[in-house]
Amino acid sequence: MKKINVILSVLVLFTLLISVASVTAAETGKTLKIGVVSPISGSAALAGKYIVNGVKLLENELNAAGGVMNNGVLYPIEFVYEDNEAKEDITTNVYQKLIYQDEVIGIVGPDMSKCILAAGTIAQSAGCPAIGTFTTNVAVTQIGDYLFRACFIDPFQGQVAATFAWGEGYKTAAVLYNNADAYSKGLYEAFVQSYEALGGKIVETQAYSGADVKDYNVQLTKIAAAKPECVFMPNLLNEVPLQIQQARANGITVPLIGGDSWDTPEVAQVAGAENIKGSVYISAFSPDNPDPIAQKFVNDFKTAYNGDVPNSNAVLAYEAGAMLVEAIKNAKTVDRAGVRDALAQIQGLALPSGIVTVGEDRNPIKGAAILQYNDQGVATFLKNVNP
Amino acid sequence: MKPLIRKLLPILGVVALYYLIMYLKSIKVMNPYHIQVLMFAGVNIMMTISLNIVNGFTGQFCIGHAGFMSLGAYGASIVTTMIFGGFSVAPNLRIPVFLLGLLAGGLVAGAVGLLIGIPTLKLKGDYLAIVTLAFGEIVRATLRLIEPIGAARGMIGIPPYTNFAWVLFFVVLTLIVARNFIYSKHGRACIAIRDNEIAADAMGINTTKYKIISFVFAAFIAGVAGGLYAHIMSFIQPDTFSFVKSSDLLVYLYAGGTGSLTGSVLGGLLLTVLPEALRTFGNLVNWRIVIYAVTLVIIMLYRPLGLCGGKELPLLKINRKHLYEKSIFSKKSVHPSETPN
Repeated sequence: MKKINVILSVLVLFTLLISVASVTAAETGKTLKIGVVSPISGSAALAGKYIVNGVKLLENELNAAGGVMNNGVLYPIEFVYEDNEAKEDITTNVYQKLIYQDEVIGIVGPDMSKCILAAGTIAQSAGCPAIGTFTTNVAVTQIGDYLFRACFIDPFQGQVAATFAWGEGYKTAAVLYNNADAYSKGLYEAFVQSYEALGGKIVETQAYSGADVKDYNVQLTKIAAAKPECVFMPNLLNEVPLQIQQARANGITVPLIGGDSWDTPEVAQVAGAENIKGSVYISAFSPDNPDPIAQKFVNDFKTAYNGDVPNSNAVLAYEAGAMLVEAIKNAKTVDRAGVRDALAQIQGLALPSGIVTVGEDRNPIKGAAILQYNDQGVATFLKNVNP
Repeated sequence: MKPLIRKLLPILGVVALYYLIMYLKSIKVMNPYHIQVLMFAGVNIMMTISLNIVNGFTGQFCIGHAGFMSLGAYGASIVTTMIFGGFSVAPNLRIPVFLLGLLAGGLVAGAVGLLIGIPTLKLKGDYLAIVTLAFGEIVRATLRLIEPIGAARGMIGIPPYTNFAWVLFFVVLTLIVARNFIYSKHGRACIAIRDNEIAADAMGINTTKYKIISFVFAAFIAGVAGGLYAHIMSFIQPDTFSFVKSSDLLVYLYAGGTGSLTGSVLGGLLLTVLPEALRTFGNLVNWRIVIYAVTLVIIMLYRPLGLCGGKELPLLKINRKHLYEKSIFSKKSVHPSETPN
């Protein structure tokens, strides 16, 4: 009996030794680079700041862990940040640089559909996975099987806005949109389609062209005259605050509904609390979301950036990075093709904005949050809407 | 023998440049990123030359040049993508289709240039500037409303036919044609208008006619450049060709130097490559737009006429003596270099 005990204990010791050895001898693989494309300068520099901050948070987490573990090999991750100035041709340059010069394993960003529509073909033909953060245009992932996105798509947002407006009992609506902007136009079309299908009536549609418009009084006077029960304004970040101010000045007192472009504290600051209260917008993320993962992200972000509250840009950039990291972790082969396959198979990944599953058309399946501004001009979580 | 060598040498130089770049690419010193920056530089050089013909050689002031570029881009893309079906074209038909597209782009831009030129070129100075600015915006606003070509969403799925060889070919072709135009009778008439329109008129030059000729010629080049641009990007939308683009082109032109083809090449090349080159300087990355702007200020302070204002490389000008090499008068006036030993 004693002999067996000895043999057993030796065996146990031996296996322990092997397992300890295998843990300490975890190999370190070569450093993998991830490209991050965002508008650090130019007209969308504010969004760029949030994107970079969001990804930097992920970078800190990865540095603390030493990298990403794939099949017993630890791969350190290095992020390469590039500025695309919110321009299409610069984005194509940046994509070329990241793919051929920095030889990244995958790209996070840019945030604009028009930019990734121009640069996406480069990533596709080079076979490099690219994840747009805020690229809500349907055509983006239709470029090819290496194109992904971290956000929901335009029609979904328009549909959510229409469902919400109808659910709140607004029987008539007016729309003010930017007919020169694909995002604005996409939301407008989806909203009108869904809203009319539900039985609502669009009493006034007003459009303007270009991001340099500062005066919307002509359009807003006509909208005010039509007396809608709500106004849908799916416009860009730098246009929305002026529109809100001018809408109130023109005597439009009904709730204003916006898309996810409203999702920056600056909108309320510039527009003024008395103007914006009662207005709602659709967002990929709410900092008030009680979910523990969301709360951890918000707290980490606040600690890292002097109490700055993360917006959708920051969350989506973080999540795009996290999706890529998850794919590297699960990839059968640690190369671009392997990461692409793993990205397409992501299921039930718990991220700050909710559980994300990558669908068949490489669009994520995830919920949307509806936020409402209170009397102090602070956006508060109203409810979650699932597709 | 000598004139033939003089004619062949630049072409050999261009071919050598092409093979050098292809060699650098094959040994991985240059990667597709560098090549693409060079292709954009090529398109910008063509646009700058085109603008130079109007602003630098004819003395008019066009600030809506991106309008012609967008017409060319859309014209070419409609032919290659919508009429011939883009990617479904048989491989052996791709080059003819591409060239046909570029020709269509050039013709559309040229035709619109003629249409705009006839009423507006009677205006002078600031007034012409305002009209051309308005023209650029009208083109952009109109393209945004045309649904079949994607309206504000832009056109996607344009096949990427343009490669470095095509860009180089068209830049060289543009340079040769522009040089020959400038040193022809018509070009000299344009320069006379630039130097003094009243005097030119008094000398019997039909100033409006020559202004329209140079305007249409420039619009055609801009159209072809726009076509090349569309087939690099494979995605175009009207807002790409906004006033910002026009003012970029003006910057290339005035930094390079007006009235000089060498200046256009240098301005277009340098100012396209510089912002990209600054990306590689580690900590300076965040300052690259500032450095770019400061460089421009310094250029304009120390070279008020631009880098090559009024100067020209020997290759890009035709000396008066060369014009007489073919002994158009008598055997006695044959150039010394041609005399038999």
